[in-house]
Amino acid sequence: MNGDMPSDTHRITLDVNGRQHETTVESRTTLADCLRNQLGLTGTHLGCEHGVCGACTVLVDGRTMRSCLMLAAQGEGCRITTVEGLSPNETLQPLQQAFWDCHGLQCGFCTPGILMTLTELLRDDPDADEAAIRLALSGHLCRCTGYQNIVTAALAAVDALRSTR
Amino acid sequence: MSDRTAGMAAFSGGGHADSDTSHPSRHVGRRARRIEDPALLRGAGRFVGDIDLPGMLHAAFVRSPHAHALIRRIEIAPAMEVPGVVAVLTARELQPALTALRMPLGFPTSALPENITPFVLTPEEVCYVGEAVAMVLATSRYTAEDGANAVIVDYDPLPVLADCRDALDPGSPKVRREAQDNVLCRFSVGYGDCASAFAGAPHIFAERLHQHRGGAHPIEGRGAVAAFDAHDGTLRVWSSTQMSHELQFTLAEMLGIPEPRIRVQAPDVGGGFGAKFLVYPEEIAVAAAARLHVRPVKWLEDRAEHFVSAIQERDQHWDVEIGVDDDGIIVGVRGRMIHDQGAYTPQGINCPYNAATAVTGPYVVPNYHLDVFVAQTNKVFTIPVRGAGYPEGTFVMERLLDRVAHELRLDRATVRARNLVPAAKMPYVKPLRNRAGHAITLDSGDYLACQTMVLEAIDYAGFAARKQRARTEGRHIGIGLAHGVKGTGRGPFESANVTIAPSGRITVSTGAMAMGQGLATALAQIAADTLDAPLESIDVVAGDTAAISMGVGGFASRQTVTAGSSVLIAAREVAEKARKVASRMLEVAPADLELHDGRVQVRGVPEMSVPLTKIARLLRGIPGYDLPPGVGAGLESTVHWEPDAMAYANAFHACEVEVDVDTGGVRLLRYVAILDSGRLINPLIVEGQVHGGIVHGIGNALFEYMRYDENAQPLSTTFADYLLPTSTEIPQLEILFMESPSATNPLGVKGVGEVGTICVTSAIASAVDDALADYGVRITAVPIDPVRLVEQIDAGARR
Repeated sequence: MNGDMPSDTHRITLDVNGRQHETTVESRTTLADCLRNQLGLTGTHLGCEHGVCGACTVLVDGRTMRSCLMLAAQGEGCRITTVEGLSPNETLQPLQQAFWDCHGLQCGFCTPGILMTLTELLRDDPDADEAAIRLALSGHLCRCTGYQNIVTAALAAVDALRSTR
Repeated sequence: MSDRTAGMAAFSGGGHADSDTSHPSRHVGRRARRIEDPALLRGAGRFVGDIDLPGMLHAAFVRSPHAHALIRRIEIAPAMEVPGVVAVLTARELQPALTALRMPLGFPTSALPENITPFVLTPEEVCYVGEAVAMVLATSRYTAEDGANAVIVDYDPLPVLADCRDALDPGSPKVRREAQDNVLCRFSVGYGDCASAFAGAPHIFAERLHQHRGGAHPIEGRGAVAAFDAHDGTLRVWSSTQMSHELQFTLAEMLGIPEPRIRVQAPDVGGGFGAKFLVYPEEIAVAAAARLHVRPVKWLEDRAEHFVSAIQERDQHWDVEIGVDDDGIIVGVRGRMIHDQGAYTPQGINCPYNAATAVTGPYVVPNYHLDVFVAQTNKVFTIPVRGAGYPEGTFVMERLLDRVAHELRLDRATVRARNLVPAAKMPYVKPLRNRAGHAITLDSGDYLACQTMVLEAIDYAGFAARKQRARTEGRHIGIGLAHGVKGTGRGPFESANVTIAPSGRITVSTGAMAMGQGLATALAQIAADTLDAPLESIDVVAGDTAAISMGVGGFASRQTVTAGSSVLIAAREVAEKARKVASRMLEVAPADLELHDGRVQVRGVPEMSVPLTKIARLLRGIPGYDLPPGVGAGLESTVHWEPDAMAYANAFHACEVEVDVDTGGVRLLRYVAILDSGRLINPLIVEGQVHGGIVHGIGNALFEYMRYDENAQPLSTTFADYLLPTSTEIPQLEILFMESPSATNPLGVKGVGEVGTICVTSAIASAVDDALADYGVRITAVPIDPVRLVEQIDAGARR
């Protein structure tokens, strides 16, 4: 945080993608802003900042969470996973690979949040069908793709992951 | 291009476009995965919000809560006491840093009044809710917003003009005190003799239609970062824009800095759809503040700001009538349209002009006349959203044709078939001119064949039986259809430079803009074929004024046509240069040489070759030695290809809907669309564009309503109130293609981006009418409001 630090601050440690980050936040600092501005994890995007568009979705203790609606200070003691944590070695994982193969993204701005939601879905429901995928995606807004190739990619990822089971 | 104008290929999604056998394509026509994607999928893209510079200040704007008011006083002292606030700038503080406080008119057109553009910061009067009054600079966005909340502005409210129809009343309150007339301008388009045609028409049907489109809403909002180097007087700006070069040009004008001292770069852009097709006051304010304070300044709008201060493309009210003979053949269309321009005119009148000239679309209309009133209101200004007036013009014509079919008891498809421009008449010159003054010429296509393919795919012939069956189950289903035509590839030019570096890497630089469409991949495919190089050896730089001096930008479904053609020609020139140089080195005629995988080789004798790296190094020049004769320095070429005419893409859509007569809910059961955008560079990308375009249209048809109250106060300012379509409302879209090459450009291509959007409201309205035929419901306004629909159903049930 820059400049004049307000008194209402907290020293916190966040576990993000398996790494411990120590930082100081205001009470009001959202998890999204902390990840982006203080930890430099800019893969998490902000599309509406009121919890509808889903672009900022991250996993907190394995469950999807709108990082624009959660305070950074609430993240202490949780395991947080962002899009950067999906492919730590720069190798695309099957879900990401399916998005590439099936043209599941265009501008790519909403994509990180969608990848996090689908990561949760494919973990909890490895045989997810189109209806289940569309329902999971209904918490995300995408203006580019019309969702069709996102669904196609998710189904391809289900197939790819099934073959590795 | 003669070898592309013969023949026509049709294929459905999933196929390949390898119809061109005259020069085999390794890349063009292939469903290549996008080169843009791996970084974006790892969260390693760089959007404007991701740019963080040392010492950077964050901006927040103080915006008007009134649709119309005088500013009595601005008190900045309370804001200055907020910890972290560095400065509060009003028009007074900003003016010395600007050559003018008022934005220049984008794309200046003749015959518009003076003093119509928005202010960088408004000095005396606010004319819409959301207009920026002051700018707060602080050490974080949080503290900047604290500061903005602490600025006290004392307003004196003025009467408000909220409904554009009222602008025609000379007694209506002035939209701005300076405005001579609330009607910005009046114009007419048309041809033939409507008076005689209608006097003799066997049937005349009139419609009153209203449409409303709401906002563009890319998921990434607007944003800009500016940094000024006082030492050398250079300004660097990153902006999420659809027009880097236009922004550079405008910054130069507004800040008095020569263009070469300004570098504008669009980083990854999170969608545009028209919202970023404008140089905004905020972008100028951010740059001016960076110069005044000699510190980098960043402004990222939030969604609330996007709802009130990013452009919209909004209401049009049409009163139209159509004259037809007993067979449903059109004798004329005429009427009047009122277009809501908003409070200012930042960029001319392209939307109402496009709408007015799009009405006749793919049809033969012997007589046409439309009077257009461009009306100002106390709402945020309007410029094109995806479709740019074409969806509105299309809606009017398609609604009229459905009415004709209904009244004359003709089949809707038959009425269209009887009036379409036949393929044999292509190219078909319309007696209408586009904005550039050129005759609108439908250059190629077979509209009836498109209609036939889609109607077969959706089993139009079997629909009556399906509908009957559904009715016995108590369900109301309907089928709808619509044609659309869109002028694409707007000029005057787009730039491309193709350079082969001594390392062997190929760089394509262009003034065209990448904002998610896959531009980089498409341009790389074109260059790769021409240079016979692997896709992986090509980098594409788009939207960086440092990479190429001239550029126009991303709008009007223009970039594959214009930038693609420039890339093609530049790559050919580079190949020609390489052959000339290799010809001397190998002592073989250039005609006997070909490029392959980084080498120039003798045709049929690949072991006789020169690597391009060697040629590139030679053309860099060796001090003291002559360049090879007749080729000039550098293994590169810059081209600014200029189209003579627009390329007209066409689409035909058909859909099945089910309407819940108790709730007015409309559910899409099937959606089949065909696109003819000429030759396809990458069918995978094109399909994606069509999907997105259709779903944007579905939003316009069923969901997206930007609600204002009678005081022009916006009411739907969150995504909970303003509904974008989500995945559960959309059926599997079935996409077909026809490829009628365009002779307007050397690639034979037509634009894609907006074409998917333009027929959607028409097709869905047609289907809802059909589903509710028993109730006599006719849709005359979009988006279709379920409350209004239930009222119409109830009224029909009582009859």
